[in-house]
Order: sequence, then C-alpha cells, then structure tokens
Amino acid sequence: MHIHLADRYHAGASWIHTLDPRAKILMVVSFILGVSLAPEGAWLPFAGFFILLLWICVASGLGPTYSVRRSFVAAPFVLAALTLPFTVPGPTLFTLPVFGWTASVPGTIRFASIVLRTWLAVQAAILLAATTPFPDLLWALSRLRFPGPLVAVIGFMYRYLFVAADEALRMMRARTARSAQPQAGTGAPRRRPSLVWQGKVTGNMVGSLFLRSMERSERVYDAMLARGYDGQVRSLTHFHFRLLDAAALAVTLAAVGGMLAWAVAR
Amino acid sequence: MHHTLEVHDLHFTYPDGCQALRGVDLSVAPGEKVALVGPNGAGKSTLLLHLNGILRGEGEVRVAGMPVGDGQLGHVRAAVGLVFQDADDQLFSPTVFEDVAFGPLYAGLTPDEVQRRVAEALRAVGMPEAGGRVSHHLSGGEKKRVAIATVLAMQPEILVLDEPTGGLDPRARRGLIRLLGDLPQTMLVSTHDLRMVAELFPRTVVLDQGRVVADSPTAKLLADAAFLAEHGLEA
Repeated sequence: MHIHLADRYHAGASWIHTLDPRAKILMVVSFILGVSLAPEGAWLPFAGFFILLLWICVASGLGPTYSVRRSFVAAPFVLAALTLPFTVPGPTLFTLPVFGWTASVPGTIRFASIVLRTWLAVQAAILLAATTPFPDLLWALSRLRFPGPLVAVIGFMYRYLFVAADEALRMMRARTARSAQPQAGTGAPRRRPSLVWQGKVTGNMVGSLFLRSMERSERVYDAMLARGYDGQVRSLTHFHFRLLDAAALAVTLAAVGGMLAWAVAR
Repeated sequence: MHHTLEVHDLHFTYPDGCQALRGVDLSVAPGEKVALVGPNGAGKSTLLLHLNGILRGEGEVRVAGMPVGDGQLGHVRAAVGLVFQDADDQLFSPTVFEDVAFGPLYAGLTPDEVQRRVAEALRAVGMPEAGGRVSHHLSGGEKKRVAIATVLAMQPEILVLDEPTGGLDPRARRGLIRLLGDLPQTMLVSTHDLRMVAELFPRTVVLDQGRVVADSPTAKLLADAAFLAEHGLEA
C-alpha cells in the first residue's frame, strides 16, 4: 500500500542518459539563464531555444512531445504575470469586454515573453529529471559545491516524502473508515458535519503528521549516528568527467550563448 | 578475555520523568546469541539505545572492552551493529547501495573497500542484486534484510536487533529466522516472538519495568508458565 508519487526518471540508454550529471546540471542551468536573459519579444531566438529542447527530447529517446506534454505543471505560475497586459502603459491592443480594461501592446509582449521563458525553462528541468536518476542529481549537486546541508535536505525529502505520503494516506483511510452515517430509521439526525468541523479534523491530521515526522526524524538521526555519522556529507564517486561530457557542455554553452547574442543584437 | 557486552547497574530516566531503566545488569560473551524479551514499555529499546551511546544513562556500559564514553564512541559504534525497529528509520538514503555504504563510508574506508563491503553485506542477506533499488519500493521483509545489511557492512562484533520479526508475514519471518541463524555474529535480539526465541536463542533475558527479572537458558524459562504469565509473556 504505497502512494506512487511517480518517479520522474525514465530509464533509457541514450547518450544523454549516460552524460555525467554534473554536465547535465550545468547545461540546464545555462539554458535557463540564457532563456531568462533573452529580451522581450525575441520570438525567433525563443523558437531556437525550443528547437534545442525538441532535439534533446528526440536524442534522448523520449519522443518529441515528451517535455511539452509535461510542461503544463507550471501553468498556474503564469497567473502571476496575468496582470501585465493591463498595467503596463502603451498603445491599446484590445479592450476586455464587461470589465472595460485595456490591454497595452508592450504589456502583452512582456506577458507573452514571460510565459514563453517559464515554459522553456520548465521543459529543460523536466528533461533533466527524466534523463537523470534522482540520486545521481544529488551526487552531482554536492560535487558542484552546492551547500551540503541543502543537498542532504533534498535527499531526505526525496526519501521520506513517500513515507509521509503513505502515513497521510493511512490516516485518511482511518478517518474515512470511521466517517459512518447513522442508519436511516434509528432516529439519529442525519446531517453533514459543518465545514468548520471538517477543517478542524484536517488540521489535526496535518498536526499529527507533523509530529510523527518530527519523531521519525529523531529516530533517523539516531540511526545515522549509530553508523558513524559525523555531520559531514560523504559519497562515493560514481562518474568521471569524460570528453563526451565536456563536448556536450561546450556545445550547449555555445548554442545558448549564440542564441542569447542573437536575441540581444536584434 | 573481555566480554562483548557488559552492562552494570544502568539507570536511565527520560526527560519527561519516565523511569525506563532501574539498575540493569547484563553481560554477553563473544559468540553468544541472547534474546531480550519483556512486555511493551519494559525498557528493551531504551537499553539497546545505550549499547552504542545514543542514550547515556547512569551506570557502566562496556562494549568489546571499551567503555561507552566520549572518547570511544566511534569505535563503539563500529563494534555494535544496531538494527532499528522500523526499517524506514534505518534506510534513509535514496538507494539501497548508498544505505549499505553509509557505515563503511563514515568509517573512512577506501572506495574499493566500501564497494566490496556493500557487495558482501548484500550477499550475506540474500539480496545481491538490490544495490540500485530505491528503499521505498522494497517489501517489508526486504527492508528488514537491507537494514541488517547496513550494519553487516560495518563488520560489527555484535549485532543488536530491535524486534526483527515485527510486522512480517510468515514466509518473510521464516526467511529472516533462517538468516539470523546463519549469521555468525554475537547477537542480542529484542523480541516478542517467543517461538523464534525457542528456535534460535539458547539464552533469554527477561526485562520488566526497567529491571532484569530473569536471565536463564531459554528452555527452562519457557517451561515456567507461571513466571511468563507474571511478566505478560506467552510461550
């Protein structure tokens, strides 16, 4: 009885799967930087960035639509930029019926650019997670001098998220099992519990889940101490930086740099 | 020659005032396999946590001749392989390999030696292929085996297990009993599973209300129904 918070990794044998995760992280970070720094309205360079993503999708054997299909998880974040067309001053593009708000041309361009940047950046991250096992990502982060405690926190989160989710599932089942309705005809009044009461039950569940997690964290720490943990994060070397890794990183940097220069120079 | 385990007049009170241990005396000779039984709340787990210095009470605890104290904790923890009750607490790394490698890595062994220890430990628990698996997706019995592998990789002098058969189905329990029987290490095992005790452990220590109330050959103890009933046990 487990919740399968699906692992994002898709096993494969492409050369992209075999790349050193350090190289892949640097490639993705440079891609995201390039996309973020490209100026507003640089539609063609944005298309270029997208083609690069498509090519990686195909080369890694995931299929051309893989990252696009999964990119909509980021859609809610676009809401934050939704006000831009109506707040940036400039020539009117259209007027929203009923509300009578006017959308400006520069505001709309800025909004569309932000949506595109987010969409491209999320796809790069999706591809990274799909072609790299999570433990390898953690290892690469620590080798790239990402702060040790942060790497450890991410690692524990990955390990215990599932455990906590299972625990929450069991608690919800226990609640459902006891949420019986009185039988008709026994005289007991039938009414739905109030929203406040339901909220209180949910709040208590969250609280007790938190307490259980706290207690578990202490037991886990004991288990780590018992095997000699001394506060340092240690790991074995899994990968060696090869020529292929260096080449892939260099090509990505050149492509991203080229497209960024094109976008800025236009 | 020293004893593997020597506990003398050990007292421990939890911060909330609960007196868990009230003068425990216990010694285990090298090669002995000893069962630790007693009702819930008798202090079994508390006692086990003293054996590698995670809890520190008043009294004397010596492991492999070393006092469990500030200067020696590293050596003591290498000598005592403690397997926790809930395998999810013991298996905290992303993959099985990393979990089994954890102890050897922190003992400062070379990468080659770590690899060798991991392979050896996983083979010893009958899961040689499990290195790349994610701990969350193991079954209960597999988790227990991997948890034991995590301490075997440290090559401890004594294995200390807290309720190893708890929550296992009959087949997984049988497999685990066979595994414990095959392992050559000195063992101290806390359990409620008296049928396993009869099968595996020649000597049994009964703990109740923080004191050792019996320490005798298992067969003799299990024959004394009145005594068992008095301490909430059933053969």
